[in-house]
Amino acid sequence: MSYSDKVIDHYNNPRNVGSMDKNSSDVGTGLVGAPECGDVMKLQIKVNPQTNVIEEAKFKTFGCGSAIASSSLATEWVKGKTVDEALAIKNMDIVKELSLPPVKIHCSVLAEDAIRAAIGDWKKKQEVARPVAAEVK
Amino acid sequence: MSTDVKIPQADVETLHVNGKGVKLPIYMDNHATTPVDPRVLEEMLPYFTDKFGNAASRNHSFGWAGEEGVETARERIAKLVGATTKEIIFTSGATESDNLAIKGVAEMYREKGNHIITAVTEHKAVLDTCKRLEKYGYRVTYMPVQKDGLIDLEDLKRAMDDKTILVTIMAANNEIGVLQPFAEIGKLCHERGVIFHTDATQAVGKIPIDVNKQNIDVMSISAHKMYGPKGVGALYVRRKSPRVQVSPIIDGGGHERGMRSGTLNVPGIVGLGKACAIAQEEMPKESCRLAGLRNRLRDRIMNRLDETFINGSMEHRLPGNLNISFAYVEGESLLMGINDIAVSSGSACTSATLEPSYVLKALGTGDDLAHSSIRFGIGRFNTEAEVDYVADRVIETVERLRELSPLYEMAKEGINLKDVKWAGEAH
Repeated sequence: MSYSDKVIDHYNNPRNVGSMDKNSSDVGTGLVGAPECGDVMKLQIKVNPQTNVIEEAKFKTFGCGSAIASSSLATEWVKGKTVDEALAIKNMDIVKELSLPPVKIHCSVLAEDAIRAAIGDWKKKQEVARPVAAEVK
Repeated sequence: MSTDVKIPQADVETLHVNGKGVKLPIYMDNHATTPVDPRVLEEMLPYFTDKFGNAASRNHSFGWAGEEGVETARERIAKLVGATTKEIIFTSGATESDNLAIKGVAEMYREKGNHIITAVTEHKAVLDTCKRLEKYGYRVTYMPVQKDGLIDLEDLKRAMDDKTILVTIMAANNEIGVLQPFAEIGKLCHERGVIFHTDATQAVGKIPIDVNKQNIDVMSISAHKMYGPKGVGALYVRRKSPRVQVSPIIDGGGHERGMRSGTLNVPGIVGLGKACAIAQEEMPKESCRLAGLRNRLRDRIMNRLDETFINGSMEHRLPGNLNISFAYVEGESLLMGINDIAVSSGSACTSATLEPSYVLKALGTGDDLAHSSIRFGIGRFNTEAEVDYVADRVIETVERLRELSPLYEMAKEGINLKDVKWAGEAH
């Protein structure tokens, strides 16, 4: 199987590899996939609480080159977007950008799931924070 | 123990030599196939041009020349495995030989019984053939293997009954290189009047085979796994103590004592014969050299990387085979990182069916480690410099990918990955 140049580029020069403090209130963490399936992605976002803009994103992936590229691309795309804008990212956008063959489409699906999971986690934290803030007031 | 071996010259534009004098890309996937030894090619060539006759043309010198080439090859193959020439039939390869052996015995001995025993780690050529026989009403037992990949002989004894007509167990496994105790299996079979077939595709030419000492009745042989050409193989069928017969699966003229019709692939057969002759000469030294290289590769990698696991018994193994799982790193991404080296992986991503290696699964290796496995097949034309290069590239790529891996991160934090509730579905 030959990879597209973009997949190779992301593989050799992955963007935003790393970790953020998952306990921080402005960090959302998405962990999707399973080791038995050969694909696990962890995607984290740091969201500005005032503007809801994703200011920072990091990823780590256990998976094939296409999985690594998909999640690397995902971190690139979410940065600078609001949370709602990021939710609009569709896996087929990733497929198109990376020229993923049919057999690798599931990698893009997992990357979309990872974005959603990270946003979902962040949103949950915001809902939990609000009642506490009200209590403090 | 390196010998000065001439590396066959491939297309020069695709190769380049790095600073250490290693020609890239490196081929280290010799269980998938092997390059044709230049001496084999040289032996074959006249049979394409001057000696092109059909070996079955009995009436002219062109035919006789072809026949002579075939019969010389037949002798060489028989000699390598301790058989007589009448016991060697030529086929298009080991897949066909497996089909002929299993279907041929099943049909011939139908009156005697309908039970066949094989193992879960066999090549698909055996497994799929057995599945087809099940459709025709045969009963097949697929024996499990132990953690080291070996059959338990007591289990095998218990599996045999009075309807068992055939046991088919491979001599050496193509993925993990593990050697089954086939001499003992053969003995068990003979004691019970059961025919023993072994798919010896990966074994012939690499380890000593003697069909009599090892109690083998039927045996599949492949040329392209032993520096011969693709598209040709052989089947050994015992004629004495006991006499074994196989029903042909290809009809049309009755060639090869009625067991395999069709014009013989004379150049291919000549190549197979020469490959066997070379193996006969060079096997003792070569297997020693390959084991040394393989151990060097293993030690260099495992001394530098932690959480690496060898799949299958090291003790009962082909000299050139190494199959390692690198925890927390997926196989295809590893292959991508060492893209100037040809090896293969047990990862689902690299298989046509998107299933992880069923051989590794049979060992009890978890799916995650199956996805993280790499198979190295060191062969005649690999050098020590290549082994060192491969080891170093593997090490640096694994280290890099572990930095990218959430699993490695979690493991380092002390999390037991088996306790984690993963969001992904179980496949």
